[in-house]
Amino acid sequence: MQLPDVRKRRSLLRGAPAASVGSIAESAETRGRTRSWRPGAGVAGLLFLLPMLVIFGVFSWLPILRALEMSVEKTNLVAPPVFVGLDNFARVLADPVFWVAVKNTAWFALLALIFGYPVPLVLAVLMSEARRFRGLYSVLAYLPVVVPPVVAVLLWKFFYDGSSTGVFNTILGWFGMKPAAWLQSAGTAMPSLVLEATWAAAGGTVIIYLAALQSVPAELYDAADVDGAGLWRKVRYVTLPHLRGILLITLILQIIGTSQLFLEPFLFTGGGPANATTTVLLLIYRYAFQNSIGGDYGSATALSVMLAVFLAAFSWGYFRLTRGWAT
Amino acid sequence: MTAPNRPTRLAIAALAVVSILGACTATAAPTVVPATATAAPATATAPAATATAAVTQAPTATPAPATDTPAAQTEITVVSLIPGSEQTAFDAFNAQVAQFEAKYPNIKVNAQEYEWTGPTFAAMLAGGTLPDVFTIPFTDGKSLIEQHQLADISTLVAALPYAAKFNPNVLDAGQDASGNVFAIPTAAYGTGLHYNRSLFAEAGLDPDKPPTSWAEIRAAAKAIAEQTGMSGYSEMSQSNTGGWMLTTFTYLLGGRMEEGIGTTAQATLDNAATKTALQTLHDMRWTDNSMGSNFLLDWGSINQDFAAGKIGMYMSGSDVYTSLKRTNNISPDDYGLAALPLADDPNAGILGGGTLAAVNVKSSDAAKDAAVKWIDFYYMSKLLNQEAAVLDAKTLFDAGQPVGVPALPIFDKATLDQSNEWIKSYINVPLDHMSSFTSGVFQQPLVPEPATHTQELYAALDPVVQAVLTDENADIDALLTKVDSDVQAILAKP
Repeated sequence: MQLPDVRKRRSLLRGAPAASVGSIAESAETRGRTRSWRPGAGVAGLLFLLPMLVIFGVFSWLPILRALEMSVEKTNLVAPPVFVGLDNFARVLADPVFWVAVKNTAWFALLALIFGYPVPLVLAVLMSEARRFRGLYSVLAYLPVVVPPVVAVLLWKFFYDGSSTGVFNTILGWFGMKPAAWLQSAGTAMPSLVLEATWAAAGGTVIIYLAALQSVPAELYDAADVDGAGLWRKVRYVTLPHLRGILLITLILQIIGTSQLFLEPFLFTGGGPANATTTVLLLIYRYAFQNSIGGDYGSATALSVMLAVFLAAFSWGYFRLTRGWAT
Repeated sequence: MTAPNRPTRLAIAALAVVSILGACTATAAPTVVPATATAAPATATAPAATATAAVTQAPTATPAPATDTPAAQTEITVVSLIPGSEQTAFDAFNAQVAQFEAKYPNIKVNAQEYEWTGPTFAAMLAGGTLPDVFTIPFTDGKSLIEQHQLADISTLVAALPYAAKFNPNVLDAGQDASGNVFAIPTAAYGTGLHYNRSLFAEAGLDPDKPPTSWAEIRAAAKAIAEQTGMSGYSEMSQSNTGGWMLTTFTYLLGGRMEEGIGTTAQATLDNAATKTALQTLHDMRWTDNSMGSNFLLDWGSINQDFAAGKIGMYMSGSDVYTSLKRTNNISPDDYGLAALPLADDPNAGILGGGTLAAVNVKSSDAAKDAAVKWIDFYYMSKLLNQEAAVLDAKTLFDAGQPVGVPALPIFDKATLDQSNEWIKSYINVPLDHMSSFTSGVFQQPLVPEPATHTQELYAALDPVVQAVLTDENADIDALLTKVDSDVQAILAKP
């Protein structure tokens, strides 16, 4: 089996001008061949593909198309829908709570980026340095991911009990500090959600980083040792450059994930106090379900479409911007 | 290894397609087809809920009168109890189902756990998964009738022996403008002050003398907080209950949240009574520090905390004891119910509401007939018929369920008193702990909830209540000006 010429492929991916006309033509021919329809194998391939296409189409694309349709309709799924053009989008943009939700979501994303993003990396690096019980540390790090989210939130509600007998407030009391309001104050509610969300999600990212760290050649660390580099320099000049690709992926995944924050504010605070933790997804939920006599599903889907378009554009811009940084 | 030839590949592919699609059908079916089974709460005791009314009889053109037994087997799904209710409560419910099925052998009743909340009801409504018989608050009746979501049961209700006996003002909640009946009022409540007698005693207060003014409520709350460390007084603030309770407080002081009805309704939230109510809450929270540490409570969580002995007092519907007992297993010794104090204002009154039993518009005529029979049997007969009242009370009593919880009359006070007299020997709720309410409520004017966009109005007020309870520097005037403007925009919607 002949392996493809990696150098040629890289140069094409980067669009390097140094690539010869011949190599481009050859590559185009290769691409053409792989895309050509081969009778027999193609039908078989199509048949193999069909179930997935049907499932994906029915359960993913059809709802997406239906949501697009509903976003330009006035509908509560009870009365017949009425086409209203972009009115739903205008109504959402005119809703004062929308801008509060956007600000809250951005605030959560920023806090999660500052406090939540480095934590798994630091944990992974420290764990990879451990000489004993590395498996135990991995289990401990991953354990919160295994806990069902609703159970985790209920557990943390006890921790965040605002009375002096709450778990965290008891700890504060040991140091002579006053009980904190945690979820019961507009100022501390969102950081409290970030803390729990970081605890709940860090384990998964730690495992990814740990796997990526295995791919860093050991001889580079040996060379760094010979050069007298300490832990920080090894991390700075060996580990981080090798994790760059993974770091960029986890960063965009985190931004997308935090933009879709719902569970924590829904279960912890219901968006309160006074809308301090109302996020975009929670607002979508409210549009759809708050009114018992028929939700505003048009506005709910319009906001969903706006969020999806924003995240798609953001992701596209992110990958354009960071295309050259990953390698 | 040799690659399979073309026919073999095609055969394998076709087999794979059939297998995978078959597997998909098998796995997808429970998710897609019986939507109710997924959306509705699981039924703990009764037979599994069916997706929709599974009626084995073809629909008939003219429903039979409610007193006749259907000729053919009919199956209906009805709402039972709140999810999480005690097993004994389900036992009592199942016994009543059995009694009903014995009375009407051709009707099969499937039960579905149910708790009315705005979001879950909206989802069931949109998903078309409401059972044949369900309950809704008075506030939703008119809107659902306008949306053609409730079955017209005028003929069936007219056949009931007590049809002409309904209090017209109460029945109105389930009628359209022409007087057609779409839902039957089954229970009415007035708001009351629920208090924990043990905490009162612990705080040095007399449990037999509950507060009779807001100054006394405030003083009692402060004493409880200081002496017991628990919340002296708590207020609901989430899932539209913040608006519900702020409206209650406003009514007590003589204010109103809306004027007019329908498209001419005007928001009047920025009024002196509401401002006083919010200022009182603010002072109890920030000056007295008597409201505990949880300011994000809703109906379920405040009941839970109250039954657990963490709350000294709170306002809620007078009939909440049933849920406190069934779901939270409150000790009767701890429970007290008092009338809410009214301000010296001619417009002051207590907020009153109630529950309507409605029939799904999608139910067949046979199912509608059976549904009204069920409503008659389960909700109504015990209010008017001695035999039914005694049977109902005995069944509940034997199962250790509350009997005799204070309610307001659906028909008239004399009928309610008569009904209570019939079941006197079975009453097991601590009526002597509720005497302040039962002796005072009938002298208090009952004010219905705001009529237009009620739940949206309540939802808009939730953040206002939360802001006052969580921000010491909350600007009440600014909050009220803004929410009044926001609600006016909601009322202006078609």
